[in-house]
Amino acid sequence: MDNTVANTGTEGKTWGGGNQPLKASYGKMMMWFFIVSDALTFSGFLAAYGFSRFKFIGSWPIADEVFTHVPFFHGNYPMIYVAFMTFILIMSSVTMVLAVDAGHHMKKNKVTWYMFLTIIGGLIFVGSQAWEWGTFIKGDYGAVQTKGGNILQFGEYVTVEGEQKFKRVALGDFVVAEEKYRTEHDRKNGLWFVQEGTLPTYTVDEVYKGLESHSNVLVRTQIINDEGEKTVLSREESLMQIKNNGKLVVEGANLHVNEYGTSLFADFFFFITGFHGFHVFSGVVINIIIFFNVILGTYERRGSYEMVEKVGLYWHFVDLVWVFVFTFFYLV
Amino acid sequence: MAHAHKLEILRGLIKFKSNTQKIWGVLILLSIITAVEVVLGIYKPEWAMGKVIGMKLLNWIFIILTIVKAYYITWDFMHMRDETKALRRMVVWTAVFLICYLVFILLQEGGYIESIYSSGFVKRDF
Repeated sequence: MDNTVANTGTEGKTWGGGNQPLKASYGKMMMWFFIVSDALTFSGFLAAYGFSRFKFIGSWPIADEVFTHVPFFHGNYPMIYVAFMTFILIMSSVTMVLAVDAGHHMKKNKVTWYMFLTIIGGLIFVGSQAWEWGTFIKGDYGAVQTKGGNILQFGEYVTVEGEQKFKRVALGDFVVAEEKYRTEHDRKNGLWFVQEGTLPTYTVDEVYKGLESHSNVLVRTQIINDEGEKTVLSREESLMQIKNNGKLVVEGANLHVNEYGTSLFADFFFFITGFHGFHVFSGVVINIIIFFNVILGTYERRGSYEMVEKVGLYWHFVDLVWVFVFTFFYLV
Repeated sequence: MAHAHKLEILRGLIKFKSNTQKIWGVLILLSIITAVEVVLGIYKPEWAMGKVIGMKLLNWIFIILTIVKAYYITWDFMHMRDETKALRRMVVWTAVFLICYLVFILLQEGGYIESIYSSGFVKRDF
């Protein structure tokens, strides 16, 4: 046998061939390189978010005021639910790494259970994400968009524990909807090839009338003042702004309008958390496939649970990305 | 299966007896960091509102804590600690360099455009 092998003089050297210099299998290495490229995609998104935010640094929405809801509870709980989601994802990362560890010890039962828990964690996260989207799209207070595309919100000063605080007021609390001559266009009684989105509940005129008759309600603009809060206009300015510049009543958020502030904020929210949510979803699907393979004993027969490790890498990466999304979207 | 795991974190300050124990230890560490972030985010203490290198101190704290979290997820959950030096550098240095480059360029540009809006001739249209 010896005389059929060419002697290259590199035997025993690290990069001489015939061994694994990185001590990692092909699959694992490629998973790492995929993760690097995916990380760059995500950082592209987040850097673009940073770009737009720096561009509108003086008028960007304040995340604490946007994400304040917790399912099944009423009231104002900024960030609590997102923190819970973060914890769920870290927890499912832990069960994943425990599954990998059990795989190293060839304990099929343990791997099965830990994989199961990981999938459950992933599903809870995706479900929470969907709920978060639903709440964001539905909106809570409503606002008026100006001709220039800026957002005017409403609120009043209330005294809480001896301190003057600006409290948001929903449109429904001071505006009365009048009878409208304009009905929503429907495919079945109009042009079948034309669609129209839902019409706002109120018109700008109705909002103006409501504002006129409620002397406590003031308008808040997007501009952030020196104290890091949004500027509240005086009563006269409020009325003037709505009368002269109000163009559209906005309730909730979508890719065109956004009651919380600049529509870019909503666009980035949908794109970044959507892209991440898609990763979680595909991670759950892959985890389910591996889960059944574990149950069927595929890896037991193969003699190695490395496949669990590779999927684990992907799953941890999804968690890693969320840590950054959490910081840059909700905290900073 | 002989899988050697390095069982020290924080430069050997904490040593774990087994890999499983290390995983739980890292979970506790990550949970504490997240809790600190959330508490700071809700209360926004006055001392952290000063500006340091163009950004609020609080935001710097958030970013540093995030990088710490990312480090432990990569090093201990993804087992980067146990990979060879070459693989580790291939992955980490490449990503860190490219991301820093991208972030620097885009934020610089964003800040410039903002300055045009706020001190140039473009007026805010209401």
